[in-house]
Amino acid sequence: MAKIVFTRPKSMKDVVTHYCPGCHHGIIHRLVGEALDELELAPKTIGVAPVGCSVFIYDYIDTDFIQASHGRAPAVATGVKRALPDKFVFTYQGDGDLAAIGTAEIIHAAARGENITVIFVNNAIYGMTGGQSAPTTLVGQSSTTTPKGRTSQNDGFPIQVCEMLNTLQGPSMISRVAVHTPAQVIRAKKAIRRAFQCQVEGRGFSFVEVLSACPTNWGMTPLDAGKWLENEMIPYYPVKDFRIPEGVQ
Amino acid sequence: MTQKVLMKGNEAIAEAAIRAGCRFFFGYPITPQNELLEYMARNLPKVDGVFLQSESEIGAINMVMGAACTGARVMTSSSGPGISLKQEGISYIAGSELPAVIVNIMRTGPGLGGIAPTQSDYYQAAKGGGHGDYRLMVLAPSSVQEMADLMFLAFDKADEYRNPVMVLGDGVLGQMMEPVILPEPKEGKGVEKPWATTGKGNNPKSKLITSLYIKPEEAEKFCEHLAAKYLTMAERDTRWESYRTEDAEIIVVAYGTAARLCMAAVDMARDKGIRAGLIRPITLFPFPSAPIYAAAEKGARFLTVELSTGQMVDDVRLAVSGKSTVSFYGRSGGMVPDPRDILSQIEQIESEKNGSTAATEGGAA
Repeated sequence: MAKIVFTRPKSMKDVVTHYCPGCHHGIIHRLVGEALDELELAPKTIGVAPVGCSVFIYDYIDTDFIQASHGRAPAVATGVKRALPDKFVFTYQGDGDLAAIGTAEIIHAAARGENITVIFVNNAIYGMTGGQSAPTTLVGQSSTTTPKGRTSQNDGFPIQVCEMLNTLQGPSMISRVAVHTPAQVIRAKKAIRRAFQCQVEGRGFSFVEVLSACPTNWGMTPLDAGKWLENEMIPYYPVKDFRIPEGVQ
Repeated sequence: MTQKVLMKGNEAIAEAAIRAGCRFFFGYPITPQNELLEYMARNLPKVDGVFLQSESEIGAINMVMGAACTGARVMTSSSGPGISLKQEGISYIAGSELPAVIVNIMRTGPGLGGIAPTQSDYYQAAKGGGHGDYRLMVLAPSSVQEMADLMFLAFDKADEYRNPVMVLGDGVLGQMMEPVILPEPKEGKGVEKPWATTGKGNNPKSKLITSLYIKPEEAEKFCEHLAAKYLTMAERDTRWESYRTEDAEIIVVAYGTAARLCMAAVDMARDKGIRAGLIRPITLFPFPSAPIYAAAEKGARFLTVELSTGQMVDDVRLAVSGKSTVSFYGRSGGMVPDPRDILSQIEQIESEKNGSTAATEGGAA
């Protein structure tokens, strides 16, 4: 008799996603689903979905969800968590959402040490609106609003969110990971699970940035996108653990 | 035992909210409503509630949204510029059909304006305020006592309609002290909120709170659902006070602080033999069009008085529907009229009325 060795996480719905070929949201959703399963969190979870490609995360992850306005997910999550401190609350946000329009909300949720978890998907571009420049778009990277490439003179410099949040006292955990290779996926999974565990243990704000490919809006094949992420993004956005609390499981 | 106490309007709102079961307050300082948030900061923790000063008004209203999603009784308060910042969140709260209470203690605008009292946020409050096809229920108290009483109604109606309710006061009401009998604390759990996102638990189906409708057919259906809700509100929950209107030939329409000044002016006019009355809208949305139209049909002339350059007067004109005349008198920028100024306006309408009657009788061309 065949033995099942790999299956869809219980906390994920049996549906096809709307994501483009080569998009990393699918992998990251799965890692979130696996971590929810392993820590048996799904029944007590309230997720907060952002504006952007991943607004439809509520169609894929089978927990209660709230769809927030652009950038405000950490504030909405704060309201939920303050009302239901024993429930598990996470936000899932893109780089335009979190690092541009939602800068104030993320910094202050982090500074308060709000006991929520933020999954920050950084693909250096606005996906849903069709490839405009993001606060994390690299200098030289072209987008529909930086058609000749981002210049520091006109557009300033990309924001390194983990490094910025790491100046604050509030966060319990800050890690940057990637999912473009199997080894990185395994590391990313550990980080997401650890971030969830931080919240379960009441340690306060936990944050995982996931570097992610957007082949469609980068104008690359998925394979080339992986290489670009490795060669261009990681040097500017180093994958590492910025802060890990002692003794977290 | 019910006891009469002397309180500022801002504090009466806060205490009444706590007594109405509000346990969550998210806000940001702005004059002239600071006493409200400070009262909450002092007193919510005493009832195991949560007070949190947010990073911005935008943060505050989204925290309100989050707490509302869990089914909690939650509120925020602000004034003019801060209310403008909240509009995005208020639109989402309306679009997600969540109950929440928002207090606006109006100051002058536009822009930074000033901290003196006005009624210049009427359009913003009564016509939706943010983007999209929605309305708030808007309650307009005219005394500290009514501020306290209407907070209970605000939370109850927000829950009943799953719609944000705005309590629209002004700097006079927020800052002045008056004797007030505080309502007894609300007992019991309140209405069931099976839609709340509290974690799916053992339920087979997870819950979603969203205002996103990608398909136009579904979006239209939702907008029509909201419109039907507002119609129900209009049928069941339009509130106003009529004062000396029974035989009135001139009816002043005013709300909040302006209505109190107008009440004095109506009395002065009556003393002079002028048949004046007052209709004071208590709900600005739904607007009490029916009593205004009924009086207009009987030939009453109207004077709208506002602490603005004229906003509610549009709704009075719509209610009158051309059946009679509508005049306007307003002071803006934080200037408050003397009842004698309003009396002069009433007297002018009285003389115009007599003049036109004389002209008709005289058969002038």
